[in-house]
Amino acid sequence: MSSADWQIMLTGSFVAVSCGLLGCYLILRRMAMVGDAISHAVLPGIVLAFLVSGSRDTLVMLIGAGLIGLLTTFLIEFFHKKARLQTDASIGVTFTWFFALGVILISVYAGQVDLDQECVLYGEIAYVPIDLWILDDGTIIGPRALFITGGLLLVVVAGILLFYKELYLTTFDPAFATALGISAALWHYILMGAVSLTTIASFESVGAILVVAFLIAPAATAYLLTDNFRTMLWIAAGVGVAISVSGYYLAVWLNGSIAGAMASAAGLLFMLAFLFSPSHGVVFRQRRMRKGAEKVRKEKLTSGR
Amino acid sequence: METLIEFLSFSDPNVRYVAIGTVLLGASSALVGTFTFLKKKALVGDAVAHAILPGICLSFMLTGVKNPVYLIIGASATGWLSLLLIDLIVRHSRIKEDAAIGLILSVFFGIGILLLTIIQQSGAAGQSGLDSFLFGQAAALVGQDVLVFGIVAGLLLLTILLFFKELELIAFDPQFAASSGVPVRFMDFLLTTLTVLAVVVGIQAVGVVLMAAMLITPAAAAKFWTDNIKVMALLAAIFGAFSGLAGAYISYTAPSMPTGPWTVIVLSTIALVSFFLSPVKGILPRMFRQRRNRLQMLEENILKTFYLLGEDAEDWKASRTSDEIRERRRYPKGTLIYILKRLVRHGYLRQIKNNYELTNVGFNKSRRVVRLHRLWELYLTQYLNIAPDHVHEDAETIEHVITPELEKRLMEKLDFPEKDPHSSKIPLS
Repeated sequence: MSSADWQIMLTGSFVAVSCGLLGCYLILRRMAMVGDAISHAVLPGIVLAFLVSGSRDTLVMLIGAGLIGLLTTFLIEFFHKKARLQTDASIGVTFTWFFALGVILISVYAGQVDLDQECVLYGEIAYVPIDLWILDDGTIIGPRALFITGGLLLVVVAGILLFYKELYLTTFDPAFATALGISAALWHYILMGAVSLTTIASFESVGAILVVAFLIAPAATAYLLTDNFRTMLWIAAGVGVAISVSGYYLAVWLNGSIAGAMASAAGLLFMLAFLFSPSHGVVFRQRRMRKGAEKVRKEKLTSGR
Repeated sequence: METLIEFLSFSDPNVRYVAIGTVLLGASSALVGTFTFLKKKALVGDAVAHAILPGICLSFMLTGVKNPVYLIIGASATGWLSLLLIDLIVRHSRIKEDAAIGLILSVFFGIGILLLTIIQQSGAAGQSGLDSFLFGQAAALVGQDVLVFGIVAGLLLLTILLFFKELELIAFDPQFAASSGVPVRFMDFLLTTLTVLAVVVGIQAVGVVLMAAMLITPAAAAKFWTDNIKVMALLAAIFGAFSGLAGAYISYTAPSMPTGPWTVIVLSTIALVSFFLSPVKGILPRMFRQRRNRLQMLEENILKTFYLLGEDAEDWKASRTSDEIRERRRYPKGTLIYILKRLVRHGYLRQIKNNYELTNVGFNKSRRVVRLHRLWELYLTQYLNIAPDHVHEDAETIEHVITPELEKRLMEKLDFPEKDPHSSKIPLS
């Protein structure tokens, strides 16, 4: 295994674990599609950040995307609450509007922005080992994306460890949390801010679609395997790593897009859990149901009725 | 202006194709979107839009040609499959619909990209341009495409017109629909198929991501102007068609500008205007109405205070300072002065230096508010058996909305009472 191989798999895993952990909160809060919306809506933020800073400076991009991400969340809430638009429509109207704006900005500044729609949608994780972080004195530190996504993972993990209680309570019992003085709205925006940052930090390397897959698939898979939230976080992280590794080998084997293969692997792992989860899988549940029905029938026979 | 006339004259056959194509696509997807919107399934369109990609790739892999008919068949197959799987996941597991949609959307698109790269690696002839499906290429619509899409869009429109009543019923009340003999399962199947077809043809104009807007946004905008579903569907179709045409026009005048995103921007602008300004349900008119109601309540409460102060002194026309009012009702000073000035302007009060006194009109109005307040308190204690010390709050809100007819009925029901539950006199009008 060459160093490029493990660099790509490691970058993928970093993104997958960050997204997987955040995704657990998203799907339990029934906000999975808000994650999807943000990952598309940050596009104009990235373009504007490019134009303002004139460089691919990560910090500027993080700020631009963070702001647009929060604006997206705010608008979704605003249209839902103030205009009384149903949530799904509110999400759909908002993110498509921003994405259209982003695409138009790209076409206007096509010459100045080294970015196109394709790279935004599928990303190019294969370039991770090539894009190196080089200091002014020429020292090569290593692949840039590896450090960006690694830093992101640290922030996400630290945030969840430090604020476990707040996030847990506002997810499961917002009313109780409010009674304790924990603002559900504040933690909503903090979570959305984290999703925006994750999206942007993963954008160049994995693309919008793989971010969505990573946000939802590991968490959904874990949700089918356990009833305990802590366990769910652990499983989601594990599934994230498994998706990255198996997806990478799938891509190498088929000689195709790595992001596409990882998303495909995510679907495959979810399908396995959907069918064969010991507690929630379709196969075992049906077998249990059949056994239950048989038992009832036998009891009826022995009782002579 | 000249370019607009030139554009609208459709003398350029290319313009004609693009315009006809975008209008048809905009109108048909908006119409289908109206029903998915009403069924609260607005985002399934997004899932279908992404799920089409693997179908297109498979169809190309199997046939080796880029024939729009084959591509439409392949796209419809996987688009349809995606909706089936979402339904399956929601019904057979604890995964909620939004997560299922996001999952299917990203996984199907991922598989599509994987297939697309495999096709590209294989170097198959004629594969170039396959990925233009992802981003839309309205400006590149040619005669044959428009013909195919036109037929599909026409079929969509016709089907919706034919089954409008049934679709309306399953959107609003599936149970009632079932009990009145509508084949609910078939209609669901029909709506799913219509959604898939609308997305398959619409994607040509605006691309994968923006397709969701073509379905959702016109319906969302139209909803703000009417409660009548027929009017809503018509408005949505008009919004969709107009945006399509506008997008095509902008792209015509500035060729570097993409048609699809501009169509969506026009559509979003219509939606934003509707959200904020629609006189019926818009945010601003509603805020304005709320503010007016609040002011009216404040005004009536202050007039009422004048009456109560007058009742204590048995002199209703005496001058009062704002501090006297504030002793009875704790309003912030600024608010109180503002309302007092409004009351002066409307002729209910007269201002003499820093003092205020009721005019005749003001006295009558204040008496009526007090009367309604006490009548309602009496009604609550007599008819709803609520303790007299619990009725004040409720009367405080109700007194502002009782109409003269209601007042008359209250009087009759309470047998023309003289005193309220607190033994205060109910003033006559």
